[in-house]
Order: sequence, then structure tokens, then C-alpha cells
Amino acid sequence: MSGGVDSYSFPLPEPFAGWFAARGWAPRSHQLDMVEKGRAGRHALLIAPTGGGKTLAGFLPSLIDLAQRPRPNTPPGVHTLYISPLKALAVDVERNLMTPIAQMGLAIKAESRTGDTGEARRQRQRVKPPDILLTTPEQLALFCAWEGARRYFEDLRCVIIDEIHAIWPSKRGDLLALALARVQTFAPACRRVGLSATVEDPDLIRDWLSPGAGDAVDLVRGAPGAAPVVEVLLSEDRVPWAGHTARHAMPEVYEAIRAARTALVFVNTRFQAEFAFQELWRLNEDNLPIALHHGSLAAEQRRRVEAAMARGALRAVVCTSTLDLGVDWGDVDLVIQLASPKGASRMVQRIGRANHRLDEPSRALFVPANRFEMLECQAAREAIAENAFDTESPRTGALDVLAQHVMGCACSEPFDLTALYAEITGSGPYRGLAWEDYEAVVDFVATGGYALRVYDRFARIVRGQDGLWRARNAEMILRHRLNVGAIVSAAMLTVRIASGRRAAPGRRIGEVEEGYLELLETGDTFIFAGAVWRLVGVTGTEVLVTPAPGEDAKMPSWGGSKFAISTFLAQKVRAMMSDAHHWRVLPDDVREWLEIQRDRSIIPGPDEMLLETFPRGQRHFLVCYPFEGRLAHTTLAMLLTRRLERAGAGPLGFVCNDYALAVWSLKPMDELDFADLFDEDMLGDDLEAWLAESAMMKAAFKACALISGLIERRSTKDRKTSRQVTFSTDLIYDVLRRHQSDHLLLRCARADAAQGLIDVERLGQMLARIRGRIRHARLDHLSPFSVSVILEIGRQRAPGEGAGEMILMDAADDLIAEAVA
Amino acid sequence: MSAATQFDAVTHHPLGGLAVVLAGEPVVLRPSGALWIEEGRTLVVADLHLEKGSFYASRGQMLPPYDSADTLRRLAAETQALGPRRVVLLGDSFHDRDGEARLAGADGDSLRAAVEGRSLVWVTGNHDPVAPRGLPGEAAARLSIGGLTLVHEPADGAATGEVAGHLHPCARVRARGASVRRRCFITDGERLILPAFGALAGGLNVRDAAFRPLLRPRPLAAVLGAGRVHAVGWASLQPD
Repeated sequence: MSGGVDSYSFPLPEPFAGWFAARGWAPRSHQLDMVEKGRAGRHALLIAPTGGGKTLAGFLPSLIDLAQRPRPNTPPGVHTLYISPLKALAVDVERNLMTPIAQMGLAIKAESRTGDTGEARRQRQRVKPPDILLTTPEQLALFCAWEGARRYFEDLRCVIIDEIHAIWPSKRGDLLALALARVQTFAPACRRVGLSATVEDPDLIRDWLSPGAGDAVDLVRGAPGAAPVVEVLLSEDRVPWAGHTARHAMPEVYEAIRAARTALVFVNTRFQAEFAFQELWRLNEDNLPIALHHGSLAAEQRRRVEAAMARGALRAVVCTSTLDLGVDWGDVDLVIQLASPKGASRMVQRIGRANHRLDEPSRALFVPANRFEMLECQAAREAIAENAFDTESPRTGALDVLAQHVMGCACSEPFDLTALYAEITGSGPYRGLAWEDYEAVVDFVATGGYALRVYDRFARIVRGQDGLWRARNAEMILRHRLNVGAIVSAAMLTVRIASGRRAAPGRRIGEVEEGYLELLETGDTFIFAGAVWRLVGVTGTEVLVTPAPGEDAKMPSWGGSKFAISTFLAQKVRAMMSDAHHWRVLPDDVREWLEIQRDRSIIPGPDEMLLETFPRGQRHFLVCYPFEGRLAHTTLAMLLTRRLERAGAGPLGFVCNDYALAVWSLKPMDELDFADLFDEDMLGDDLEAWLAESAMMKAAFKACALISGLIERRSTKDRKTSRQVTFSTDLIYDVLRRHQSDHLLLRCARADAAQGLIDVERLGQMLARIRGRIRHARLDHLSPFSVSVILEIGRQRAPGEGAGEMILMDAADDLIAEAVA
Repeated sequence: MSAATQFDAVTHHPLGGLAVVLAGEPVVLRPSGALWIEEGRTLVVADLHLEKGSFYASRGQMLPPYDSADTLRRLAAETQALGPRRVVLLGDSFHDRDGEARLAGADGDSLRAAVEGRSLVWVTGNHDPVAPRGLPGEAAARLSIGGLTLVHEPADGAATGEVAGHLHPCARVRARGASVRRRCFITDGERLILPAFGALAGGLNVRDAAFRPLLRPRPLAAVLGAGRVHAVGWASLQPD
């Protein structure tokens, strides 16, 4: 057992070696590698599959260092800081860490600190820091805005970032990177350690993690685990042509759950979760304990499910991405993915939730909901077998997050403009930050960044005689601390049972996002929290419902996943589709479907885009298949409709899914110049004109306004009365756009919308790819491929542009209809 | 009484906006949110909330300093289009008592220019209980024009011919699986409540209980659209 260990110049010291031996364990090579990196004072990124003792590998160097350090004369500060994206994970790791510490009898104190930590403990942690502090990015940002931050962290030797692959490419990652830069200034010798799942390009994370462009982060790889066993469900029932529910396969899914010890059933949307949960219980003759977990359920409800799972009391949980990360549940032996996987990396993560033992393969079952998804599932399965992952791009830090950080720095201690710039540009996502942008951010923090300079006397931060910038007064500091964080959650409504004849608000069932019920009318039934309810009404922030058991619930919004299919997976799907030899892996009915498509229309080559035109009913359809995901398709459809409008085609509407988009019009579109229609110049003025008015820009602006501190989510005293709303960010957006269209926050919102909400970059790449490669099939009627997208018509919302005015016209027409009745 | 019989006099006005008869007086509800009363060629706007941006800025939330200029520019556009003899600001013209002191010189000038050669009445409101000192115009707690009474805050209970502001009415209208929220006039044919005219003034949904004691059942919302006013019946109005 020790054979593998001998090759290391530094075997584990006692009591660590003894502790491993007493358990019959040998330290894994990546654990020893990490110990060596620790001794050599190197930054390190560990990439290892789940179940490989990754967390222990991260902590071992610190535990050894702490165990061997001489008794200090003065009480020491925090030695190791551990950051997790999840509160629950920080608490769980604290518990897991206490076991070896206790068993080895080490005098090391490890404590967690999250938003849920009580005030008394927080106070004590400030006065008497633990050796190891386990916390979240938001808590670290709060620390950095505290006047005692420098003293608190000056003894810091190591910071460990867990699940780093899930944090770095996000605004939370930006916030964390900035906080790490701050901490590094306080403790220049501090070592950085990242713990990651397998990713396509570790260099992106290494670069992100590095404290400065010149500081290398060493890469340590764990041995790969046993390859997962992935099956695609070839249902007894035929695979449907369209839809996202996989209703046809539910009996087989139920059987799979029955045959497993514990199963995680992943879906892509909350509605799918509710639907699958309902269907499974309809079949649940054995009364198996099957639970539900998604982001719209009340927090305590989710905690209960997690606790039951940890006890091993459940046989299955139907869940969304809320359980993509989390504490280890040893009993899970099967992961079921209902409907399309969307991306290879996410899928590997999800599959990794099964079987946390490295030597046994994880088992997964993919359940495609329609025929395109069958292709996608096969492609994902092959990607996993080839150990291939989705590609990512380097991260550029967001300026709204930077604004929050700059204010935090001023709250902590006075800062020098140039020194802070140097510190910030040391962090990965802000390495390319231009001085002008930095100055604009500081100006924004001080007085809002307006060209009209009338707020100087109200400045939140001011430059003193000493040339240093500091917060204007204690109130500004207090307000900032109440508003730290880079997560903007949608406004939530509380769902309550209406009781009595007067429908008074009664028992609370959970919370739903504002907009979740947008498509429902009073009196409609819907599924929520695993039961069927009738909507009685919405008052203020409360949704009143009555139970409607046994009723056929209306299913609002089947738009499919909020995650778009990854570029990598889409590429594989296109390749598989174009290669008839590859079709053998597909079930008969799907293969027939491809053959009919080939006979009646065209199967495009891997880099071509198929475009079909055909009449149907009184309308003319244009359907194309870019395979770039619903977001990019929606943007494309918006821009195409504008162009078709100008070309006189009279477009009436459009619909999109992950694979295709369809536009219909009054006049035939067969004779249009498609090369011209799909020209990349649509991403110029047309895009800007549409975007500026879009609801997506307003949503993005609101998030930026909150994160940057322009407006507050929580205020020191709530001035709002129920009678008057104070102000809306939509109004601010409109005023700003009319008077200072290059304002920092408008730039932030534009960048966020282009990246996250409308996928402009991907659309641009697609338009470049298909240039000269559009294959047009002029058909007499719809093709097999087009069915999936045509069937979405009527299930999706009206498209945005001008929709506001159309809605008002419709409502005004109602009145006229009422008047003439 | 249904909305249809109550508002059979609703027509689109050639000048733009919606012509309605309010307590016997013909008036026009403008797409800008202003009210035009033919009698005495009177233009009425409510709840300008000038200097709301700087009010919040003084407390640490740096809202854009452009709201007063924006609001006054739209007011000037209305006076130019309609050529009123009298302009009535229906209260809460400044967001707070100190607002006038913070108003930029240029903004004061554009207000003076907009009302040049016209009479200006500052109806006093809860945010600005006294009239401004350095600006033209007279202050009044209320004003009668024909059969109409103009006040800032609607009186309790029914009031025939009352034109008020204060509540910032807003309508949410849903159709085609989506919804829009816009400022609106709301009237039952006897009383009219104007939308806020100020660029940064928020809105209160007309389904809120605050409107209930003031209007007869099933009032009409005149919703501000792009260049036109949409008459929307009560049944189409959604709570927030």
C-alpha cells in the first residue's frame, strides 16, 4: 500500500500517516501532491472527479502546517480560509473536517460562517478568529468592507476555493476574485488553492486563480474515476416528435427508480420538475418516498428534503439545477436526466452526484423527450465516453461588481487610487481593466458617474487632504454592508391557501418567482409543490390558491430549458445528423424520421444550415435549423422579422426552440435572397435598436443597478408605504438612455444582455459559419424536422418588440367589443 | 352600470388623446399624461416630483440628475403643441420642500420659458405644501374651472367633477401571454385621477384598494401608449 508513497520525498508526517494507516487507507497521489505544493508554498489547482478525497486534499497541507506550528505567543489570526459557493457545503465541510481533527487529537479550530450564522458567534469569530474559517464569497466581501479586515487577514497562509469551476465564470466569481486580491494585499504570502471538477481547459481557471499575471498556479490532477455507465432510454413507446415532458417514458423512469437504491432525477425547468413529480406519484403504487426540489419551493421545504436525503430516507428526488452542487449523499446510485442534457460538462457534474466511490462507476440514464433530444442524448453520451467537455471563454470582470467592491474598500479603510488599481488588475477577471474604466467606476461610486456634475456635495466616497478616498460617513458604510452580494434573485411571491369565504391568506405553501404565474388567469389550475391548485388571486406579494386535487392542471410555459444547448454538443448533434452511418445507434423510429426528412427535404451537412419554406393553412412558413439554442434563436428571429418586414413579407409571428426557429408571414418567402437575409450586418443597428427597447435590457439594467449600489435592495429604514412605490429601475433606465446613453450602467447592462440574455456572440459565430452554406429546401408542406418547432406555436409568449402596444390595442379592442355587444 | 354605457362619449381626439366628458365638461386625456380642458384653454399636469433624483442622491442613492430637465421638456412640448392660456401643476410639483433650492438654473429657465405669457397655478400638495418663491405663478389649494374642481389629493368618498393627482395611477394589462404596466388616467365619469407626469415618479396599480372608495365600480383606465391613449375596460386590468 505504501509503495506509491515512497516515490515522494515528503511522506506524510505523524499523526497523519498513522491516521491513514489506522483506517486502512493509503493517501492518494493527488493528496500527497497537494501536500508537497503546500510545503513548497505553491499556488495549486486540483482537478479531480468527485469521490476522490478532493476536499481533504485541499485541507491536508493546512492541517499539517497547523499541527506542526509552534505555540504562538499572541493569539493567531485565521490561517486558512475556505470558500464554498453553497452555505450548506461550508457547514457540511466543517462537520467533515472535525472528524479527522478530533481523531488525530489536533488543537485546530475550524468554524463556518454564513448568512445563517448567529450574531453571537459572528462577534466571537471577529474577536477570536478560528484557525480555519469556512465561508461564502458574499461573507468574504462583507469582511473586506469591514474596518478590521487588514488586521484580521494578515496572518492568512492559505485560501481554498471549492467547486471553483462553478464560481469563476460569473459575477459571484468576479466578486470573489476582487476579495481575493484584497486579502492577498493584506497577506502577500497567502497561497491559493482551487478545487475543481473536470473541465475542458484548466488553464482558464489557473489564470483566473492566479494572484498576478506572473504568478503560476500549478496543476494537480487526481486519477480519473471509473468511467460512468450512461444509457439512453430506448422507450417501448415511440419517441414523440415534439414536446419537453417525456411523459411517454414515465413508467420506465418509475421502474428505474424502483430498481435503484436512491435516484436523483434531474430536469431542466421548475415546471418539468413539478410535472415529472406529479406523473411519478401517479404511478407510485409502492408508495416509494419520492420528493421534489427546486428553486421556487420555500427554503425550509428544500432543507427538509435535503435532510431526508442525507438520512437515506428517500428513494428519489426530482430536482433542477438546485442540486447540481451540494453535499455528498453516499447512497445515490443512479442519476436520471429527464429531457435533454444541454451540455456535456453539466451532465458530467450531475452524473458525478451518483456514487461517490471512485472505483465504482456512476450510473446514469438519459431520457429524451423528443427526437432531436434523442440525437442530443446520444451525442452527450458519446462526449462523456470520449471525456470531452464544453468549451468556455476567459472571463472579463463586470464593472457593476467592481463598483460594489470599490465602495467596500472605502468602507474598510482609506484607499489610494493608483494602489487600488494595481491590486484590482492583479485579479484574473480584471487584468485587462482600462484605467479610464476604473476611473469611471470610482466616479460612479462617488457621485453616480453623471456628465452633469451636480452631486459632488452628496458624494458617497470623498478624497481627503491626504489624497486617499474614504466613505463619506457611517451611514454610507452601513448602507453598503446591507447590500453586499452579486446574486440578484427575482422578486418572490408567497403562495398561501385562501381560507374561508373571504379568501383570507392562510397557510404558506412556498414561494414563486414573480412571473411564474404570468400565463395564468384567476380560476386556472396549476401544479406547484407537488399538488394541484386553483388560482384565487394575487394581492400584493401574496398568491392565494385553493386545493384542486385530481384536476387536470394547466401547464404554463413549456419553453424548455433556460440553459441553451452548448456549442460543443450542438456541433456533435449536427455531425451525427449529417452522417447516415451514425444513425445505427438510434432507435428505429428516430432513424425512420431522419430517412423521411432526407427523402422529403434535406439533411444538411455539419457546417450547413438547412432552411425550409412551405405553405401551411393560410400562411407561409420559413423554418431554419441553426442548433444554437433558444436564446440565440430568439434574438435571430427578432432581427429576421425586422428584415422580413422591410422586405415586405409581412411577418406575423415566430417561435423558437433549441434547434430551430420558424417565422410565418402573409406572403410567400421562397424567393427571398437568404444570403442577404442572414447577413452578419444584422448585428449592427438593427440589434441596437431592438435591444434598447427590449424588456431584457431593462431586466439586465435592474440587476446592474442593484449590484453596483445605484439603488438599494435593503435600506436602513424602509420609507416605502403601501400606497406609493418609490421608484422603478425602468424609469431610471428610460431617463438615463435619453440623457446619457454612454453611462457606465447602460454599458454594463448592454454587456450582460448581449452575453447572458440574447447570446449575441454565439449568433455572430453562427452567421459567420453559415455564410454561403445555407441549404434551401422549397417544400409543399411541412417536413419531419419542422414538426417539433411548429408544435411550439401557441405554447410560447408573444414576442417582445411592439408587444406592449399590441397588448394595449387588444385590451382597448375588448372595450370596443364590450361596447357594441 | 357597465363601462360601455358609462363611457359612450369616449372618442379619439383629433389633437391626439382621448376625448371624454367628465361631469358634463368635455376634456381631453393626452398621451403625455396631461389633461386638456377646453374651458379657459387649461393644461393640467400632476405630480411632477421635480428634483426627485437629487433628493435620493442627497441620501446616498445617486439617481440620474436628469429627471427635472426631462419632465420640464415634456411639459414644454405640451404647452407648445396646445398653446394653453393657463397651466396648472396639480401638486407634488417638487419632490420635497427643499426641491426648489436644488433645481438647476437652466431647468428653472425652461420652466419660465414654457409658461411665458400664460398664467401658472401651483396647486399645493403633500410634498410641497407651499408655493415656490423664485418661480413664477400663483399658489392655490384648489381651483374651479367650469364644473370641475382641481385639487391635489382626492377627497374621501364620491366627488362630482373632481380632478386630482396624488395617487400616480398605473395599469397592468395582460394579453397574448405577456403583460405591460403603464401610467394611466382613471375615471368613473364623475371624477378623474391623473397619472404622475414626473420622469421618475413611480406608479400605484389602479386595482389597489386606495382607489376603491374614490370611484364607482368598473371605472375606465385611459392607458398611456406610444403616441396614443388606450381606453381599457376594468375587466382587462390586472393587479400587480
